[in-house]
Amino acid sequence: MPDLEQAAIESREKSHAEVRHFMRFTRAQRYLHAALFSSFLGLAATGLPLRFSESIWARGLAKGVGGFGAILFFHKFCALVLTVAFLIHLKEIVTRGIIHREKGIFWGATSMVANWKDVKDLFGHIRWFLGLGPKPKFDRYAYWEKFDYWAVFWGMIVIGFSGYAMWFAPFFARFLPGWALNAVLVIHSEEGLLAILFIFSIHFVNTHLRPDSFPMDLVVFTGVESEEEFKTKRPLEYQRLKAQGKLEARVAEAPGIWQINFSKVVGFTAIVIGLVLLVLTLSAYLRE
Amino acid sequence: MKTASSIALALGALLAVAAPRAVWAETDCLSCHADASLQDASGKSVGVDAHTFGASIHGSLKCGDCHAAIKEYPHPDPITPVKCESCHADQAAGLAGSVHSVKAEHPCTSCHGDAHAIFPKDDARSAVYPLNVPRTCGACHGNDAMAKKHGLPNVYPLYIDSIHGFALSKEGLLVAANCQSCHGSHHILSHKDPLSPTYKTNIPKTCGNCHAGITASYMNGVHGKAVAAGDLKAPVCSDCHTAHAILQPTADAFRMQSTPICGSCHKEKLSTYRDTFHSQLGSLGGYVETARCWDCHGAHDVLPASDPRSPIAKANLVVTCGRCHAGANMSFVQYQPHANARNRKLNPALYFVRLFMNLLLAGTLGFFVIHTILWLIRSRYDQIKKKSTEGDKNA
Repeated sequence: MPDLEQAAIESREKSHAEVRHFMRFTRAQRYLHAALFSSFLGLAATGLPLRFSESIWARGLAKGVGGFGAILFFHKFCALVLTVAFLIHLKEIVTRGIIHREKGIFWGATSMVANWKDVKDLFGHIRWFLGLGPKPKFDRYAYWEKFDYWAVFWGMIVIGFSGYAMWFAPFFARFLPGWALNAVLVIHSEEGLLAILFIFSIHFVNTHLRPDSFPMDLVVFTGVESEEEFKTKRPLEYQRLKAQGKLEARVAEAPGIWQINFSKVVGFTAIVIGLVLLVLTLSAYLRE
Repeated sequence: MKTASSIALALGALLAVAAPRAVWAETDCLSCHADASLQDASGKSVGVDAHTFGASIHGSLKCGDCHAAIKEYPHPDPITPVKCESCHADQAAGLAGSVHSVKAEHPCTSCHGDAHAIFPKDDARSAVYPLNVPRTCGACHGNDAMAKKHGLPNVYPLYIDSIHGFALSKEGLLVAANCQSCHGSHHILSHKDPLSPTYKTNIPKTCGNCHAGITASYMNGVHGKAVAAGDLKAPVCSDCHTAHAILQPTADAFRMQSTPICGSCHKEKLSTYRDTFHSQLGSLGGYVETARCWDCHGAHDVLPASDPRSPIAKANLVVTCGRCHAGANMSFVQYQPHANARNRKLNPALYFVRLFMNLLLAGTLGFFVIHTILWLIRSRYDQIKKKSTEGDKNA
């Protein structure tokens, strides 16, 4: 089975224009991801100093932006951006899945909803890790990608709800018991910590830093990937589209050099910020 | 008109000459000592400004009243030092029992200044005039070497930047506390001496000389009652406000420094406060509005929650919390500002929420860290294997 590294070598050998590219993410989806990760970085950078308010770097960071009042302001601002992004995404799901009754949103090979194949893929993948079986063939969204998606989805609901409960505590106290106001801070900070640790370690490595994608998978920035990449990373979707004769419809223009460079700058910046925050978090967490 | 003013002028001149008449009688002494450059054998100036002396508090005295041992010229050698205590017996007695009892180190003039220019303490020219006291004491107590030698803090800079120091030096307030307002003047005792006004249990009364209302309120609170009952661990004014570097309590710097002061005794409460949003947001500057201990508990008349007068009594919580949280209701005030998520007995709901969140965090990360590490090893293994087979092909 040709691997991604092989694909990368081949694509480098071929001239840029010769390689066919396929659309994976629409422009709207890429913008949504950009809004998601920039506001998430902002939330992490302003939330961590609050969580670890006794540490030296938290003091420095707070001083740098004008104290903890400013930090809270930026935290709330990023929260609003993320809330809007989340609502736009919900609207898209409702419009496509319920109003237009588009197939494959709530169930099937292209859905984000987990199915029995994902369970089999997980075990198959682990068997392959250990050299006990062949590498499973993945469809449009692999099980770990679905996990990323639902972790963020659940995380946004939990962190968002607990965050707004603290922001508007007297209002929420009208229908929440008093102890819930204590609980929301614990939930908010623990779930936030989980999100930060997960995204900045697991998601970064699984999606960007593992050898097959190293140093970065640009598809979420450019929206397109090469035919080789498509074929090796998501063989089932490639074959299905080919069999259905829908493959040609997905052909897209190769990304321009500026687009690739721009994506790299943005992507690396995000990854570096994330890794720095990860180190700070781990150092503060382990010292606690 | 012209005649009237010249008469007034002449009268004034006459009065000016007439007032220090007593000194002028001492012409024999002044025939030598009026010379400002006159020095004794050790090089010490022995010149006397007759005019200043005449205006001073001792202006009506004759030279011999103080310099009783000098009766003829040439003067005896050595000269017996002047004994202030022959008139000022009470002050001398006070000084003798004080921290300044070593006379050689603390002659009267070390505080009262030039012996021939001593003015009443309500005269702005006096070294012990209220506005001049800190500078006078600071001559020694603003000196690092002196402070170190005696194991004392260098208090002058602390005081002068304090709210009392500002009131005195910037506003010129005569009522602002200066050194002697708290320490006394002649009979200054160590703060370890139970008779000292700065001895722990005497401090509320000492501060209360000016801050009467606050002391009354303090004596009603748990701390005041404990101190009155002889509990030396309970805080008095200076434990929270410090002794010399007293800040305006509404100042950011004081709000920032105060919580750890309460926490130095209330350790458990400080630790649980640290876990809350009040502390997280408020602990590091720039945002000082978040609740500090006394915002909820009161500052001077701290009372237990069981006391209906306490701001943290159940019936008063809506008002207390509502001072910051507009719209706080009975459910809102169920919030526990000192909840301990690690204590299963005290906060079971919170304990299990935290446990669940921690298990979720550890479980998710634990699984995926192993998953990712295995994946990395396998991918790298395949990569290297592929490279080596390709390398063989190329060779």
